[in-house]
Formats: sequence, C-alpha cells, structure tokens
Amino acid sequence: MDFNLTEERAMLRDMLQRFLGERYDHEARRKLIASGAPYDADILIELAKLGILGAMFSEDDGGFGGTGFDLLVVFEELGRVGTIEPVVGSAVLAGGLLSELGNASQKALIGQVIGGVTVLALAHGEPQSRYDLSRVHTTAQADGGQIVLNGTKTHVVNGAQAETLVVSARENGAKDDEGGISLFLVPLALEGVTCIDHRNVDDTSGARIVFDNVRLAQSDRLGKAGSAFAALETATARATLAVCAEAVGAMEAAKALTVQYLKERKQFGVPIGKFQALQHRMVDVLIEIEQARSAVVNLAGNLEAERNIRERHVSATKNLIGRVGALVVEESIQMHGGIGMTDEYALSHFARRLTMIDHLFGDVDHHLERFIALSAA
Amino acid sequence: MDLSYTQEQQEFRKEVRVFLAENLPSRISEKVRLGKRLVKGDTQEWSAMLNARGWLAANWPKQYGGAEWDAVQRQIFEEETCLAHAPRLVPFGLTMLAPVLLAFGTEEQRQRFLPRILSGVDWWCQGYSEPGAGSDLAALKTTAVLNGNHYVVNGQKTWTTLGQHANWIFCLVRTSADVKKQSGISFLLIDMETPGVTVRPIVLIDGQAEVNEIFFDNVRVPVENLVGEQDKGWTYAKYLLTHERTNIAGVGFSDAALATLKHVAAHTMAGGRPLDRNPHFAARMAQVEIDLMAMRTTNLRVVSAAAKGQAPGAESSMLKIKGTILRQELTSLLRRAAGPDAMPYLPEFLEGRDTTDPFGPEHAPSAAPTYFNMRKLSIFGGANEIQRTIIAKAILEL
Ligand SMILES: Cc1cc2nc3c(=O)[nH]c(=O)nc-3n(C[C@H](O)[C@H](O)[C@H](O)COP(=O)(O)OP(=O)(O)OC[C@H]3O[C@@H](n4cnc5c(N)ncnc54)[C@H](O)[C@@H]3O)c2cc1C
Ligand SMILES: Cc1cc2nc3c(=O)[nH]c(=O)nc-3n(C[C@H](O)[C@H](O)[C@H](O)COP(=O)(O)OP(=O)(O)OC[C@H]3O[C@@H](n4cnc5c(N)ncnc54)[C@H](O)[C@@H]3O)c2cc1C
Repeated sequence: MDFNLTEERAMLRDMLQRFLGERYDHEARRKLIASGAPYDADILIELAKLGILGAMFSEDDGGFGGTGFDLLVVFEELGRVGTIEPVVGSAVLAGGLLSELGNASQKALIGQVIGGVTVLALAHGEPQSRYDLSRVHTTAQADGGQIVLNGTKTHVVNGAQAETLVVSARENGAKDDEGGISLFLVPLALEGVTCIDHRNVDDTSGARIVFDNVRLAQSDRLGKAGSAFAALETATARATLAVCAEAVGAMEAAKALTVQYLKERKQFGVPIGKFQALQHRMVDVLIEIEQARSAVVNLAGNLEAERNIRERHVSATKNLIGRVGALVVEESIQMHGGIGMTDEYALSHFARRLTMIDHLFGDVDHHLERFIALSAA
Repeated sequence: MDLSYTQEQQEFRKEVRVFLAENLPSRISEKVRLGKRLVKGDTQEWSAMLNARGWLAANWPKQYGGAEWDAVQRQIFEEETCLAHAPRLVPFGLTMLAPVLLAFGTEEQRQRFLPRILSGVDWWCQGYSEPGAGSDLAALKTTAVLNGNHYVVNGQKTWTTLGQHANWIFCLVRTSADVKKQSGISFLLIDMETPGVTVRPIVLIDGQAEVNEIFFDNVRVPVENLVGEQDKGWTYAKYLLTHERTNIAGVGFSDAALATLKHVAAHTMAGGRPLDRNPHFAARMAQVEIDLMAMRTTNLRVVSAAAKGQAPGAESSMLKIKGTILRQELTSLLRRAAGPDAMPYLPEFLEGRDTTDPFGPEHAPSAAPTYFNMRKLSIFGGANEIQRTIIAKAILEL
C-alpha cells in the first residue's frame, strides 16, 4: 500500500491549487453570480489549458488520466475554493458516457470537452425518478428509420449551458427496468427541445428539459439499443466520487474558516476557541473529515473494481459524506454564531454546496438502504 | 396527575379552531404552509384579526387588553394556530418588551406603549447584540450619555430581526463606564424615526434580508424612554431573555412541521414506495415524534410551574435547547424528503411573484432555505452553548 500521490498527480494538484489560489475566491464568485452568468467561461478555458479537463479522461480518449485518483485530486481542489464551473456534469457524467459507449465519430466531442470549448450535459433524472437510476419514463420510439423522443428531464446539471445533451430514454421494458434504456446525443438547439434554466441553492445551474416529438437518427444513439444501464451506473459512480472529493475539499475549507474564527473571535475576553465546549466539537469535526477523506480514497481505489465491490463503496462513501457534510455545515455555522448565517461570508457557499451534494446521486438514506441491499446480495 | 383536558379546555380548543377557520385568510396560511416569504402586511393583517378578538396578547393581564391565558390555554392556542399555518406573531413587542414594561416600567409607559403594540401602530425590534457583544452581551459598547432631559446615543446594534419593518427599538446601552460591565447598562426605548438612526440590511444564507445592522449617531432620546432605573438594565434584559427563550422552544411549530413532514413522506415516492416506508427515514421521523410527545409535556410542566404571567427561570434554557434541536431536525428531514427537488433556488416562487410550476412538488422550494434559516434557532436568544452553561451553573450547581 502507498497513500502518497504519484509525482504527476502531486504536480497536477499543486498547479491547480496555485491557479485557483490566484484566480478564484469568494469575492470573485459572488461577483460572477451577481452578474447572472452561470459560470466563468474564461476559468473553464484556463482549466482546460492546465489539463484539468484532460485529467478526467484516459489516454485512449485523448486525455491523460481518468482514474479514480485523478478525479479525487482535481475535485478536492475545486471543492476547496468552491468553483461553479461545469466540470462534473460535462466531463465526468456526459463525457464519461461518451467515452464508454461512443463510436469514433461521436467521441470527437470529447476533444472539445477537454479543450473547454464545449459543454455537455447528461439529461437523465425525471420528475418521478428521485435517486433511482433505472426509473426512466422518457420514451424513444422507432418511426420509420427515425427515433422519436418524448419526455421530461429535471435537475440536468448545466443543462442550459450545454450544446449537446446525452439523453436517456426507454426503448423497451417496464418503467423501472434496468434493461431497455438507451442513450442519445441530442443538440440542445434541436426542434422539440425546450429548456428552462434555473439557479440552484448552491449557485450551480440546473435545467428542466422537455422533449416533445424530437426526431433523431439511429446514428444519434450511444452504444447498443436498450443496454445503457451499466454505463449509466459506472458514470454515476465516477460522478459520485467527484462530488464526494469535492465535498472533502469544501469540508476542509469550512474547517479552516471555523478554526481561524475560533482563534480570532473573542467573547468574555478570550478567543472562543479557548472554550472546551467548542474545542471538543471542533476535534470531532476534524476526526469526521479524516473519515470522509478515507471513504473517498476507498471509493477512488475501487472505482475500477468489479461492479458489486465498486457499488458498495459508492453507497458507503456517499452515505458517509452526507452525514459528515451535515455535521460540518451545522457545526461550522453554529460555532461562528451570527456571522455563520450571512450570505456575504465565505462559509455560506461551502455550507450550501455541501448540503446540495447530499441531494445529488442519492442522499444518506438512499445509500444506507442501497448499501444494505448490496451487502446482502 | 391528570393528562386529560377539562371540558372547558376542550371548548376553548373548538373555539380557536372555529375562529381560525372563519378568519385566517388562506392567502396567508398557504404562504406559511409552503414556507414562502411573508410580507409585513401579512403579519399585520393577522395580528389585527387576533387583536379584534382579544387574543393577540396571550399572557398579558386583562387590564391591559391581554387574554391572561394559563399555560394550557396558551399551548392549545399555539398548537391550533400552528397547525392551521397561521403566521408567527412578531414577538418583540408582545412577548419581550411588554413583560418588561409590566414588571419594571412605569404606569405611564404601559399606557403609552402597550395599546400601540396591540393596535399594530408600533412594530418593535430588539437592540441587544452588537458586533463585539454576542454571547458576551454585557460587553456591549453602544453608549447613552445624559444631557439635560435627553440621552444621546452612539454606537451600533446588529442582527436586528425585521428591523427594516420596525419604528421602535428597545436597546441595551451603556450608561456607566467605570463599573462592573453588567452594572453600567440601561434599557432604553428608541423611536427609529429620530434623526441619526440608520438601518442597513444583512442578507442571510437563505437569501433573505431578515436581519439588519442599526447605527446610532448622536441620537437624542428623551429620559422618559428609560425603563426602570438607569444602570439596572441588565436585570431587565435577563428577565426579557427568559421570556424570549421559552418562546423559541416552539412546540407548536414542531407539531405543524411534523404534520407536514408526515404528509410529504406519505406522498413522496422513493425507491418504488412511499418515503415513509423507507425504514431509515421512517425511523428518524418516528424518533422525532417520540421526542416531541415528551417535549410537549416537558414544556407544559415547566411553563405551568412558573408563576402566572411569568416565565420559568433556568428551565427556560432547557426548553430552548431541546425545542430548537427538534425544530432543526424536522427541517433537516423535510430537506431530505424533497430529494433532488430541494436543489433549485426559486426566490420568485418563495416571494409569491411567480406561482408557476416550481420544478417539483410545492413544498420543495422552501425545504433547503428553511433548513438553513432555522440554523439561527440554536444561535439567537442566547446560543445553545450559553444555555448549557446556564443550566450547568444554575441547576447542576457546577
Ligand atoms: C478499565 C480501565 C482500565 C485502566 N487501566 C489502566 C492501566 O492499565 N494503567 C493505568 O495507569 N491506568 C489505568 N486506568 C486508569 C485510567 O487511565 C484513568 O481512569 C483515566 O486516566 C481517568 O482518570 P480518573 O478515573 O481519575 O478520572 P478523572 O480524571 O477524575 O476524570 C473523570 C471525568 O472527568 C473528565 N475530565 C477530567 N479532566 C478533564 C478536563 N480537563 N477536561 C474535560 N474533562 C475532564 C474525564 O474525561 C472523565 O470523564 C484504567 C481505567 C479503566 C476504567
Ligand atoms: C437570524 C438571527 C437573528 C437575530 N436576531 C436578533 C435580534 O433581533 N436582536 C438581537 O439583539 N440579536 C439578535 N441576534 C443575535 C444573537 O442573539 C447572537 O447571534 C447570539 O447571541 C450569538 O452571538 P454572536 O453571533 O456574536 O456569536 P458569538 O457570541 O461570537 O459565539 C460564537 C460561538 O461561540 C460560542 N460561545 C461563545 N461563548 C461561549 C462560551 N462561553 N462557552 C461556549 N461557547 C461559547 C457560541 O455559542 C457560538 O457557537 C440574532 C441572530 C441571528 C443569527
């Protein structure tokens, strides 16, 4: 065993840390959000130039990474400063599916993602699907040589900012069968596609997208008809790792702010960090963040393992991150007192992002139950 | 012991229910039910209705227009109004300042201010906290210097809830410098329209400007606005806080939140069955309900033990801690129940400007903002850590 990063990954991390340290902070993000822009396009291009987007893909796809530990290193740093740029939805989810299922011409899009010149989005969740990956009601029906798409997708990460969507739809099977789900590449501008953009609580962007008799060619399908579920599960596992690593970065940021505040803020003539009632709780926060980091390392190291082992780690890690995330959020706010409640203070962003990560790809209850089911299998 | 309600109490509950059904506008109760943002007029409208019925000031003496209810009546009223999604009454005049005036004010002050609280002419806010004086409230620095028949006030208050709506503020100010810090504080009533008062809003983590900074620049306050004796304000301030804390326990709010949660959980599909059939979610929901059943009795036991019209002492800290833990847990469960639909931030929907499809079920848009907003419960009214210290000293004698 070796718990050190390889030299390349350590360099990648240092470079990213330096860049974000210079270019990204709470004030910059607040200005960006106030401007109404969903993300900073220049930052995305610069992340591409630094090779950050390439690190999401394997060499076969034109990248130079793509493993669990590459995701871990990148997303922890993104989480530490609280970026809202479209990386996880575009490169990890949609890009991951292209990489897994796309043919050579479809994969050409990956190069554009790596270059930061296009954004992709996975349109998969639906109004009734909650956290169930196989609950797909959107239909894809053959009509002559064409395919007709009908249905509604919700909470599409950066859906309105994407040029091309990867859309899941059912070609056969019952409404929650794993079999029968296909994926299609759909330009957002195509006739019959309506997209409503919205800001999320954590200042990321989501969209509700309706497909009304959208006509596609057979060649728009990714992979074989009706057999996309396994790839969806793998891509979701990778995206879960990404947001869990991001959460650890955000936890570290919240912890750093809180510890600093405990040292600076004086009440009753002493820094509040001198009160043992707070010291002990801050220590518990520290211990739990270390546990969270270990859970993310476990998942990163098992991302390429066989399905059952990988998925057990997905659920274990996501459950633990959700629990520790809530602890970090609630304790950090509490130990700050009133300041911790304000929008203007940097903690608010980390608190909102950490909380919303619990709502992405399954929350603590969903994954606890899933872990039990996977363990019994 | 007897846990059953008397005939009279049951009649009272019915009376409250009928009143709510006939009076509470659904336009307002729908906002409360869905966690939407209330405007000043909503609160004023509801307060005026209660006042017309003589029910606005639950624990004031009848002589001053109060209802003079006992603990059980107050609990019944709170339960029913919360379950009917009535708006929360603004406590600053009704349950904070009024008890202080009744206990320590002059008859003149009572006659002057109490009717205006009832009629809604005055909206009070609480000027205790300052940037450097939160938990250590007695460290406050805002000064009031006596100059003829006026105090001249300089300094800053902060975290002032709904100060943007208020026209009066009760303030703790420093009137003597060279004494023990608790001994130099006075309790002053300040008309916010006086020159030199500036209100600046603070946006909180849920996107709402619920609190404010208030600046005082040579504000002249007539001496008749001093409550009690100069330099004795700390005693009155603490007296007020026990009332505030008892209020924050909010058993009625928890009852209403639990009812909403149960409804949502029964109508939310998760993993192919209703969420209340998810064993982990159901267990957590049941746990809160069990705690709440006991909390209702704890609350009644403590409140009934206090003298009529008075608040309990250190026991109020117990109610505040346990009550706020339950209220916060309920908001956390409601957030989780909303699932992915908790993610969109929809201020237009929350403010009632946009009533179109909020991307998911109607209860979802407020789930995360409310969860964040309710973090305040364990911070204000004296943080829960401070309450624990009070209990350790006053009850456990540690
Ligand atoms: C099963 C068992 C096996 C043991 N084996 C050994 C052994 O092999 N060799 C040996 O030398 N000793 C041994 N001990 C003794 C053990 O190290 C002591 O019990 C321990 O150090 C605590 O001391 P105490 O019992 O005097 O409790 P105290 O020190 O009196 O503490 C009482 C309580 O106060 C708390 N407390 C004390 N100081 C503080 C503080 N500053 N801040 C906050 N809380 C505080 C403690 O955490 C504890 O909860 C053993 C004890 C047990 C129970
Ligand atoms: C939404 C909101 C509304 C408010 N409304 C009002 C209002 O209308 N009027 C008003 O006057 N005030 C109001 N307050 C202020 C509130 O009373 C203070 O925030 C509170 O007293 C805590 O003070 P602080 O924020 O300065 O935190 P601090 O006192 O700095 O505390 C920071 C942390 O340290 C802890 N701590 C401090 N001292 C100790 C100790 N001795 N032992 C252990 N832990 C300790 C605290 O518990 C807290 O966790 C409001 C606050 C909020 C958040």
